Amino acid sequence: MALSGMRGLSVFISDVRNCQNKEQERLRIDKELGNIRTRFKNEKGLTPYEKKKYVWKMLYIYMLGYDVDFGHMEAISLISAPKYPEKQVGYIVTSCLLNENHDFLRVVINAVRNDIIGRNETFQCLALTMVGNIGGKEFAESLAPDVQRLLISSSCRPLVRKKAALCLLRLYRKNPDVVNIDGWSDCMSQLLDERDLGVLTSVMSLFVALVSNNNEAYRNCLPKCVKILERLARNQDIPQEYTYYGIPSPWLQVKTTKALQYFPTVEDPNTRRALFEVLQRILMGTDVVKNVNKNNASHAVLFEALALVMHLDAEKEMMSQCVALLGKFIAVREPNIRYLGLENMTRMLLITDVQDIIKRHQTQILTSLKDPDISIRRRALDLLYGMCDVTNAKDIVEELLQYLSTADFAMREELALKAAILAEKFAPDLSWYVDVILQLIDKAGDFVSDDIWYRVVQFVTNNEDLQPYAAAKAREYLDKPALHETMVKVSAYILGEYSHLLARRPGCRPKEIFAIINEKLPKVSKPTVAILLSTYAKIMMHTQPPYPELQEQIWAIFRKYESYIDVEIQQRAVEYFVLSRKGAALVDVLAEMPKFPERQSALLKKAEDAEVDTADQSAIKLRSQQQTSNALVVTDQQHVNGSILGNQLGLVKMPSQKMEASTHNQGLTKENGAVSKVDPEPTPSADLLGDLLGPLAMEGPPAAPVSGEKNMISALEATPDAAGALALATVGDQSNSVQPIVNIAERFHALCLQDSGVLYEDPYIQIGIKAEWRAHHGHLVLFLGNKNTSPLLSVRALILPPSHLKMELSLVPETIPPRAQVQCLLEVVNLRASRDVAVLDFLYKFGTAVVSVKLQLPAVLNKFLRPISVSAEEFFPQWNSLSGPPLKLQEVVRGVKPMSLLEMANLFASLHLGVIPGLDTNPNNLVSCTGFYSEGTRAMLCLIRVETDPSDRTQLRITIASGDPTLTFELKEFIKEHLVNIPMSTHAPAPAPAPAPAPAAVPLQPQSPITPAGYTDPGVMLAGLL
Amino acid sequence: MIHFVILISRQGKVRLTKWYSPYSQKERTKVIRELSGLILTRAPKLCNFVEWKGYKVVYRRYASLYFCMGIDADDNELEILEIIHHFVEILDRYFGSVCELDLIFNFHKAYYILDEILIAGELQESSKKTVARLIAAQDSLVETAQEQANSISNMIAQATK
Repeated sequence: MALSGMRGLSVFISDVRNCQNKEQERLRIDKELGNIRTRFKNEKGLTPYEKKKYVWKMLYIYMLGYDVDFGHMEAISLISAPKYPEKQVGYIVTSCLLNENHDFLRVVINAVRNDIIGRNETFQCLALTMVGNIGGKEFAESLAPDVQRLLISSSCRPLVRKKAALCLLRLYRKNPDVVNIDGWSDCMSQLLDERDLGVLTSVMSLFVALVSNNNEAYRNCLPKCVKILERLARNQDIPQEYTYYGIPSPWLQVKTTKALQYFPTVEDPNTRRALFEVLQRILMGTDVVKNVNKNNASHAVLFEALALVMHLDAEKEMMSQCVALLGKFIAVREPNIRYLGLENMTRMLLITDVQDIIKRHQTQILTSLKDPDISIRRRALDLLYGMCDVTNAKDIVEELLQYLSTADFAMREELALKAAILAEKFAPDLSWYVDVILQLIDKAGDFVSDDIWYRVVQFVTNNEDLQPYAAAKAREYLDKPALHETMVKVSAYILGEYSHLLARRPGCRPKEIFAIINEKLPKVSKPTVAILLSTYAKIMMHTQPPYPELQEQIWAIFRKYESYIDVEIQQRAVEYFVLSRKGAALVDVLAEMPKFPERQSALLKKAEDAEVDTADQSAIKLRSQQQTSNALVVTDQQHVNGSILGNQLGLVKMPSQKMEASTHNQGLTKENGAVSKVDPEPTPSADLLGDLLGPLAMEGPPAAPVSGEKNMISALEATPDAAGALALATVGDQSNSVQPIVNIAERFHALCLQDSGVLYEDPYIQIGIKAEWRAHHGHLVLFLGNKNTSPLLSVRALILPPSHLKMELSLVPETIPPRAQVQCLLEVVNLRASRDVAVLDFLYKFGTAVVSVKLQLPAVLNKFLRPISVSAEEFFPQWNSLSGPPLKLQEVVRGVKPMSLLEMANLFASLHLGVIPGLDTNPNNLVSCTGFYSEGTRAMLCLIRVETDPSDRTQLRITIASGDPTLTFELKEFIKEHLVNIPMSTHAPAPAPAPAPAPAAVPLQPQSPITPAGYTDPGVMLAGLL
Repeated sequence: MIHFVILISRQGKVRLTKWYSPYSQKERTKVIRELSGLILTRAPKLCNFVEWKGYKVVYRRYASLYFCMGIDADDNELEILEIIHHFVEILDRYFGSVCELDLIFNFHKAYYILDEILIAGELQESSKKTVARLIAAQDSLVETAQEQANSISNMIAQATK
């Protein structure tokens, strides 16, 4: 063989192959790379042969997946070599190693052009091939005219011209202006007369691209295309070598048929007749044969012909012939044909006339839903979703429901969502819709997103006729053993609102309803407990005058949860308890929910967003364009702006005098939230809120986790564990019974002060973090460790970044193998100062348990600080120049966690605020200096002074200065958060350790400026400036 | 259009890659990793198409080697499937009953041949005979050049003696 000369290359390849493991291979490769590098460095001594050999080795190493970050120039330089063997290697290796955006390619444009316009045919071919494969915009601009000339030149041989055609196609894709539209259509028309089928195939690809952009300009070429099809279909004048398993170039047939689909119609009657004759011949003349390749090739042509028939909107007869064919295809054994049959049937749904004919194949399509191949199942689901309407919704949805229990996990969520949407859109009656959704929850609760059950609640609330039915159904489900938690939620909610409508039925007295719901209480997670408490309150409200016995039972539960660790639950318990003692006023406060404003189904939106479907005419897209023909009565009202929801949906009639009853400001919003919220999720992420607000406007005002700067202090004072808000934000949304085995808030706080450690841990998984911070960039590695002997599935990690951080998470594998740890990179860029916190929304499945947690990420303000040590000479001019608000802010902070100056200095150091000892002569004061890095501000100097009062360690005065008002403010609040509150409720303000010697030794001094002693004393100067 | 061609062995070893759309090195590695996870695990007798990130990947297995091509969602899948076979037939004719080892030790040959079949992610030549002729011509060009080089070096060697 011709490559006999490359002995060194073969030896190297066998060496690599003989390596026993990855490590050995790595060593061998590194050795070779080192060798190549030294040889290239001393280029003079290299023969062309050696150069070639090394370049091939580089390509081989690159192909194995190793980084090759040198030697590109050597490969490129071979392009300019005078001899064919070197040139060939240069061109091929360059086009494999580099992509079109590589800077080095510019260097060779001239050499490439010389080859293209030169006389050497073989050089022309090499150059055209490389440009056709990796040519970019610059190539397009400088080479297109030359390439065009070759394509239409009569003196060039076919082997050059076919390459020129595809090369021009590439350049045209990079820059459509390079093909001159005027006059070019005539050229194209002539090119389509080409006799050489190789050239014609390439030209046809170019033509498809041109005509897809502007069919008008190439109208004159249409008859030519039909001629070509006729010639091929009749097998006239086709050289033997251009038939493939007896079929005249199937590729050219497919391309020509595709080109014709870009013309809106075929007007000329003769051409149209000729075309339909050909199409008819293809439709009728294609049989399933034994030879796979022949089969594939003939069906490639057939499916393209089908697409053209659909496009041309042929007469009904031909259309139904097409549907019949597709109907045959979806039942054949050959899986490729089945797949394509389903896919094309979905495309066919666009044509109104044939929908009824497609419906005849419904049974077969439903069978495909159980095909062993997921590709085929996906197509079947998509087709069913697309073909569903009022007439067949019942059958299809019920079939989907049945399939749900056996479907593979990868498809269940999509399946559940689609079933829910179809049920909503095409429900023949409302009670059926309720049945479907409840069944859905019952069968696949884990895969039913909250949106789905919110939506059913919304419909029930808005349709009075439906309420008794829904309540009765919910009651039935409660009798079932082993109920999914989502079912408990939805049943409890519906029964809370509407169980009084059932009062006369057996087993539906308030007492009984309460008893059966209360059975579930011990087994459910926190968010559900919160819903159950609301249900109890509602039951009490509906039983007026109260049954003393029932009242006592419920009160006992409220009292039990009065001191519960979860604040949301605690608050509900406390407030419901107090409210329920208000007698008749209770009815006013806890009145039934008003109707929800109607809006676009969040489910449909979700389906569109989650669109991962690859079929170009996916049924989801069709669906979203269609008018709903649903039975569900929806009154179309104005879209409600999420931000004012809290007020608009005064879910509870709250008499104004109640306002005073609630303790204080912060409490009011909280209470409002508690009474009204069904699913409490004070999540810090706007995105999440938006999502939840979409389907059901049941939320109270966003619980403003880090909101009011003004009431920050008061809140902190009022609720000793304001950290509760934080804890809630992290675990509040969990619908799982798996509980973390570390204190999440504590871990978060610890990681704010250090760069590596455990962020989260539960019985199944441990999430660790390791961070590196450089200026405004952060480089975090998340370690996801599976602690079990079975895999964690459906792992999903989403980053919800606050607006001031740009965050990018590398791919998280869907499955974490047993006992394995995977690392995910998270890149962070800080845009500006803010105390908002990024959240990691993390989900995985273990067995049947779905665990979802929202974890705050320690990419906080202080990570972008770097301590700076400055001298007095540098400090004071800066301090002086930043005078007064908003650049310099001062505040007296009370309620400080008592700590010695030393401890405070340590705390500051861990916050990256460099304390500069001795700058302030008053030993009770701290001065520190740090640089803040963000993309907006770059490095920004921040100066801080803290004055403490040795007689009262719980208060201090803090002054902060920087060149950016936002930064000054945010930094001040940030430091305050750390001074005032240690966000751990467990053993928070540890009893003040024995006062450190430093403050004790100093005589008590007021913190006001000391009498000016001498201006050489920096401390005095500082005091004077304050 | 075809965005990439990947030849991958059943053990996940890459035997050839060709990219017609601009992918960075990082993206290339990612595509290969994800696709091998998707394709190598598929049972036999399923269809030759997998849907992946808005693209379709048409693949075909020959003994221990998978030939994969990534195409747009609206491309004709069967046409691409037969381009793969066309490529394989040409390789077979060139190497004489081609096997994986041929492609390992002569990977550069495979690249030459692919370049005669596809350019810009489109089929360039559908005649096996023509491709074979062109490759043979290339081979002989290289050989003549080598012979020449050898004879020149011989001459020099003799002259300097």
